[in-house]
Amino acid sequence: MDAIVIRGLRKSFRKDQPPAVCLQGETVIRKGELFGIIGPDGAGKTTLFRMLATLLDPDEGSATLEGLDVVRDYRKIRTILGYMPGKFSLYSDLSVKENLEFFASVFGKDIDSNYDLIENIYCRLRPFEKRKAGKLSGGMKQKLALCCSLIHSPSILFLDEPTTGVDPSSRRELWENLAQLKAAGMTVVVSTAYMDEADRCDRVAMMKSGRFLTVDSPGNIMKRFGKRLLAVRSDNMFSLLKDLRSLDAVEKCYTFGDTHHVTLKDGTEADAAMIASELESVYGHKGVKVYDVPATLEDCYMNLEEE
Amino acid sequence: MKEFFAFVRKEFLHIFRDRKTLLVLIGLPTMLIVLFGFAISTEIRNVNIGFFSPQEDAVLSRLADKIDQSGYFTSVGWMRSEAEIDEAMRQGRIDVALMFGSDFTSGLYSPEGAVVSVVTDATNPNNASMEVMYLASIINEYFGSDISRSVSMRMAASANMSSASGMLVPNLRMLYNPQLKSSYNFVPGIMGLILMLICSLMTSVSIVREKETGSMEVLLVSPVRPINIVLAKMIPYFVIACVVLLNILLLTIFVLKVPVAGSFFWMILVSVIYIILSLGIGMLVSSLVRTQIIATLICGMIFLVPVMMFSGMLYPIESMPVALQWFAQVIPAKWFIEAIRKIMIEGVPVRYVTMEILVMTGMAAMFFTAAVVKFKDKL
Repeated sequence: MDAIVIRGLRKSFRKDQPPAVCLQGETVIRKGELFGIIGPDGAGKTTLFRMLATLLDPDEGSATLEGLDVVRDYRKIRTILGYMPGKFSLYSDLSVKENLEFFASVFGKDIDSNYDLIENIYCRLRPFEKRKAGKLSGGMKQKLALCCSLIHSPSILFLDEPTTGVDPSSRRELWENLAQLKAAGMTVVVSTAYMDEADRCDRVAMMKSGRFLTVDSPGNIMKRFGKRLLAVRSDNMFSLLKDLRSLDAVEKCYTFGDTHHVTLKDGTEADAAMIASELESVYGHKGVKVYDVPATLEDCYMNLEEE
Repeated sequence: MKEFFAFVRKEFLHIFRDRKTLLVLIGLPTMLIVLFGFAISTEIRNVNIGFFSPQEDAVLSRLADKIDQSGYFTSVGWMRSEAEIDEAMRQGRIDVALMFGSDFTSGLYSPEGAVVSVVTDATNPNNASMEVMYLASIINEYFGSDISRSVSMRMAASANMSSASGMLVPNLRMLYNPQLKSSYNFVPGIMGLILMLICSLMTSVSIVREKETGSMEVLLVSPVRPINIVLAKMIPYFVIACVVLLNILLLTIFVLKVPVAGSFFWMILVSVIYIILSLGIGMLVSSLVRTQIIATLICGMIFLVPVMMFSGMLYPIESMPVALQWFAQVIPAKWFIEAIRKIMIEGVPVRYVTMEILVMTGMAAMFFTAAVVKFKDKL
């Protein structure tokens, strides 16, 4: 069963600039799936969400949510959709409880009718019920926003960068909450700029400059990474990057945490030991370490860019 | 309907949480009424006056006392020469001087008449002309009664003096505001200003705030019809506007002692139409702009300043160039202030303000239609 079908959506805001979103082909998100949209800032994630959430009309292409067209049937879509924008957009002068009550009654519900859905999240907020939403911490705000977008029990939930500006433990909790919602049968679409979060999704779409580079499960994406990947470090990391790029065997080199990741050209004879010795002898690097590493999603993303 | 009331409740919460704004909304009209009613008035009071006459004259001394006692003027005393008057004027000791010609009193009864000059400091032209007017009327009244008294005395003596009684005496009557209180003029103006401020500025800012903070984004993705979101915003401001209206009326009647001459019911009704009209303006502005600062500027510059300038509150519309007179016709407050003046001050029956009521109703309908047409339920 398909929850969301996207057929070549396109949206541009200014004629002299490339379109913010320009998707080709058909992308299907299945019912009960936890789908991630991953890409850096400015990739077009928010614009895509706004089009799917019926807030923006696409220039070209179409999309359906549960069989309802985002342009034609936008009123019906708004009753089955939960949407949490990236920016904290609840009422900071209202208390936690008042916010929740308000959003429940906007959908013609009360808190009790769908309380079981938010219970796991709201139990953490309960001690602060009387506090003004504006005085909550970043993680608490996100929890409240999630509660507010869930209170009417939507069948599809859109979360635009829910983990931006949230501490690691709150991020982990949030992903656990999303997994529970998915288990309850909800279709959840999340966007994030953090590659390490993508592992938690059933499938991810890697987005760059308004296009989907690939849509697959994180496991498959990593499996399809066909290149040899090395991690390199030395005492002088800055000049190391430049020197690595000048090596013949190296296809691509980029910083990855406290190391540089290097992909090797297809058909090259070079390996970790050869590159290490070359760096020491030719470029005079000290403390060189080169070793093979398995590809992460971020490596996949960096190498998908070129295609 | 339940959804709608949830919205209204939320708006009231917003307003009551923001105590300072609420205080300004309620306090500002009170302050303006007190300011315009007492401090800022176009009446003159305690203007320093100096006198000069070539001869000593008991009649003129009594006149000087009378002027001093009028409350409008304060006598600085008699000057010895014209030069001294000039000097006093320069030093700012006097603002106005009365210079009698030689043999003034006896000249009054001669065919050539008597000469009195009024010298005023016209740096403030309004005050200068007021001073001249007040002085002239005091002098006229004084000599009018004085002459007729002396005439009747002489008539008893010789029954042969009719030249003075043939003098033209204009009979002035100030209708509706016999004491020429400026509060009669300002109260309708302040009502026009404040109600417009609360309704158009506050509603538009509060709607645009939701756009700016992003909560509108969430509200739009909900089954509530977006137009209801906006209508729900208006109800609290409508209530506040009504409270402020009552506040202004109570202050006007009990503190400024301006009586409501006409029908109280129609005055309230006209005000409610005006409140709705202002809400419509606020709604239209909010559906056209995206930021609070622009909304504030539009409401402040395009709607509030013309209210001051073109509504007839400060300057009479009739004395403006024709083009500006036409412009004044599209200022909603102009019609409101005119209607309120007619009902409240003149006390005329409602059929004389039909035109104003119709124009305001038409404008309200126009603004609401435009706002609904322009309102987007997408980003």
